[in-house]
Amino acid sequence: MVTQKKRNRILTVIAILFLVAFIGFAENNLDLYIVRILNVCAIYAILGMSMNLINGFTGLFSLGHAGFMAVGAYTTALLTIPPAVKKQIFYLAPLIEPLDRINLPFPLALLVGGILAALVGALIAAPTLRLKGDYLAIATLGFAEIIRVVFTNTQTITNGALGLKGIPALTNLWWSFGTAAFTLLVLLSLINSSYGRALKAIREDEIAAESMGINLAKHKTLSFVIGAFFAGIGGGLLGNLLGTIDPKMFSFTFTFNILLIIVLGGMGSLTGSIISAFIVTIANEYLRFLDERINLGFFVIEGKVGMRSVVFSALLMFVVLFYRHGLMGSKEFSWDRFLAGTGQLYQRTLGRLIRRPRKGGYAG
Amino acid sequence: MSLLKLEEIAMWFGGVAALKNFNLEVAPGEIVGLIGPNGAGKTTVFNVITGVYKPTRGRVFFMDREITGLRPDLIAKAGIARTFQNIRLFKGLSVLENVLIAHHLHLKANYLEAILKLPGYRKEERRMREQSLALLERVGLANLRDEPASSLPYGLQRRLEIARALATNPKLLLLDEPAAGMNPKEADDLTEFIAQIREEFALSILLIEHHMNVVLNISERIYVLDYGMMIASGRPEEIQNNQRVIEAYLGVNEDVED
Repeated sequence: MVTQKKRNRILTVIAILFLVAFIGFAENNLDLYIVRILNVCAIYAILGMSMNLINGFTGLFSLGHAGFMAVGAYTTALLTIPPAVKKQIFYLAPLIEPLDRINLPFPLALLVGGILAALVGALIAAPTLRLKGDYLAIATLGFAEIIRVVFTNTQTITNGALGLKGIPALTNLWWSFGTAAFTLLVLLSLINSSYGRALKAIREDEIAAESMGINLAKHKTLSFVIGAFFAGIGGGLLGNLLGTIDPKMFSFTFTFNILLIIVLGGMGSLTGSIISAFIVTIANEYLRFLDERINLGFFVIEGKVGMRSVVFSALLMFVVLFYRHGLMGSKEFSWDRFLAGTGQLYQRTLGRLIRRPRKGGYAG
Repeated sequence: MSLLKLEEIAMWFGGVAALKNFNLEVAPGEIVGLIGPNGAGKTTVFNVITGVYKPTRGRVFFMDREITGLRPDLIAKAGIARTFQNIRLFKGLSVLENVLIAHHLHLKANYLEAILKLPGYRKEERRMREQSLALLERVGLANLRDEPASSLPYGLQRRLEIARALATNPKLLLLDEPAAGMNPKEADDLTEFIAQIREEFALSILLIEHHMNVVLNISERIYVLDYGMMIASGRPEEIQNNQRVIEAYLGVNEDVED
């Protein structure tokens, strides 16, 4: 057992070193397009993990994630855009004092964005805590829309429907992957602690949890606030990656994309959310051809923008109907299972070619 | 001095009275039975005590402190733990986690200390684990600690639910039909188990039960409820021969009436 533990630790260190080396290589040598996709992958991983804390671990069916992201994205952007640029983009109505002069370093701006999103999370948690299931979903969805509408109309702070342009491209692979790793560490530590067990207890049976002395309001708020904090940071990273943000970006579709990621990865699995964030983001790029004209030689499919969304919606339906546990269920990645899994895969594929199948075939 | 005292409790659901002018007392160290036909209002009594319902009228005292209508988690903290008629375990979580969760209410470290795994929290977590394992050892579930609670056979789920309630370190334990669905042998084992934990954990126990053997064997006093009203109370042998109790359970023979 001790050697196994040691082996797993060594494997983890190797994996981290490999990842760091890869980021160092990718940042300088890979195509900008690919670097951008990798950044988006890591950011979606952060968003997925934070939403999974609320929906997967605490069992609160919240659809307000786009709202938290919007708060983070706008805050970080406003705090990092240079004052000169701000003057240019706010041409309809000038940005209010003292925001037009403030310019913070990126990490500090991200942190402020996260904290403001967390405050909004606490604000949303208070009235919606009593609601359950569909009612909570509708209420949180409404809150996210309110945030969007408010951002569309506060011309002097958010520049309204024009959105923010010229956001400095400060997000790089170090920031996105570093933050994703930090998010994973914090959330893993939380869910494996006594507080995390309390959240899971609320998910399993609210009435029993309360009669075991768990303060429902306090713990649900905790989940909302921490989830919103990381969603805000994820939003901030995204804004400073894309360079422009506007209120339309943070509509329900965005929440839906994150929902797809956590359902596919497994509600209640952080590492599942990471894996699925990469799969969904990369698939989203590879399936771009679906939106274009496809010539099959004998038959031509006219391109329809939005075909990808149709495919993704169908995928979500398929997962919910036939594969409800997603990729990881509620389990986390572990080297033991990974090695056992690859071992099995080897036996089923390569091993089969090398050794002749035993009589009676394979049971497994 | 009484540990628990219910004073003239009334509980109305719309036009229906689930409890009418109900009084109850539990002394320290006592095992009290609460019986009555289906729908008599027994579980309502539990829900009033544990704060799930706020009574329409009347007051609840625990250790001479009024707890009427307090939130369920605060009542659990005050020292009242319960089990449920239809078992309510945290099904997807392991046996050990179920018991660990019940320790959470005594945790002093805040969530930041827990996330950062500061020494104070680590110490508490270690203590919670030790106590949980010792408790599982005691109730005979230690070898199943990593199994999901839902995979346990019915009888052991009941036992785990009691263990989980014990883990909150209560002074009063409310058991809602712990012997439901058990055969006579299992019910006997349970009776013995309840008597033992009362001694070991210095508990008072309030027990709803339909198995008459269990109730009569173990209770020092019994309250009988019918249609939300207390129709009798007293020692088991008194209850056994009480005419109104027999009527409530078996019905009245109309020919003999008058």
